[in-house]
Amino acid sequence: MEVFKHFKEFKMDVLKEVGNIGAGNAATALSRLLDKPVDMAVPKVQLLSFEEISEKVGGAEQVVIAIFLRVEGDAPGNLFFILSPEAAKSLLKRLVGIPPEKDDGLFNEMELSALSEIGNILAGSYLSSLADFTQLSMSPTVPALAMDMAGAILSYGLLQFGQMGDDALLIDTTFLEGDHEVEGQFFLIPDPDSFAKIFQSLGVPVDHD
Amino acid sequence: MIEEQSIVKVGMADLNVVQRSGVIRTVGLGSCVGLTMYDPQLKVAGMAHVMLPSSDIAREGQLNIAKYADTALPALLDKLLKLGASPSRIVAKMAGGSQMFVFVGTGDTMRIGPRNVESCKLKLAELHIPLIAEDTGGNYGRTIELDVSTGILYIRSVQTGVKEM
Repeated sequence: MEVFKHFKEFKMDVLKEVGNIGAGNAATALSRLLDKPVDMAVPKVQLLSFEEISEKVGGAEQVVIAIFLRVEGDAPGNLFFILSPEAAKSLLKRLVGIPPEKDDGLFNEMELSALSEIGNILAGSYLSSLADFTQLSMSPTVPALAMDMAGAILSYGLLQFGQMGDDALLIDTTFLEGDHEVEGQFFLIPDPDSFAKIFQSLGVPVDHD
Repeated sequence: MIEEQSIVKVGMADLNVVQRSGVIRTVGLGSCVGLTMYDPQLKVAGMAHVMLPSSDIAREGQLNIAKYADTALPALLDKLLKLGASPSRIVAKMAGGSQMFVFVGTGDTMRIGPRNVESCKLKLAELHIPLIAEDTGGNYGRTIELDVSTGILYIRSVQTGVKEM
């Protein structure tokens, strides 16, 4: 894990740009779907402990909706698209005209399927723009959706890092729909070995950390 | 004076012990396994939040023994014995090890939950500690809490509420 602590500012900036391009394209896709402007925060690239990663979405016990894709190919990793249940309801209402049945925080099969598809579109555009940018092959697995405790969900993205230490390098991008009713987060957690490949493909020298 | 119920938290890839009163808890178990060991007579309890099945796959320099089933369980037992617990009285319970996401055709990584459970069971058998209760598998997350005064393990999940065992 020491390697990641010594990433120079420049490398962090490169990874931010990676998050920027991916999430930027996903935000554009969402904006088209909603026919509304979607804003995006500047991506954050941080080396965080497992606990801190859960804190980013409100703690390990916080219930979130997550669409998870495992990225396979040249630079494997894990990609999460995370929404709060409220944001998901509001997204469904705007997008597919599914009015919330009851405000009990539960989702029926139709709603979950629609969310899964939205997540698929967004994550797909995140990933394909990233693949174009880096010229690396990155193929997503079929997305899986879960609504559960953040800790339980996110731990899946940490297994590869878990073998190396107690921190993971996370590329985090938040986006907001115009009037801030729909807020979502993208977490890209490349496998530890993928960073060298990403840097190499972008012409960043890997030797001098 | 009212004695405040103390809560000992166990983080991910972490282990801890508690004596006499209070609760020990860990939150958001997915594929991870929360394993408790308890000496009912002495009222000491330990909990480990195991993340990976075996330290054989570790690539880290400084091994975090709490992270792997094969190293966390002996370490936890050792801690309890140091507090005076008797190996013949210690019983174990565990929860977690679910499979949150199911993918077709992906390797062993995604089966990590069931593998964590298997590995914990093997290690318990090796250490001669009886497993008296378990709530493992499924596709949902769990938060667990062990009450040291009673030895009851409370398991909370989003879908099914609270369960005790």
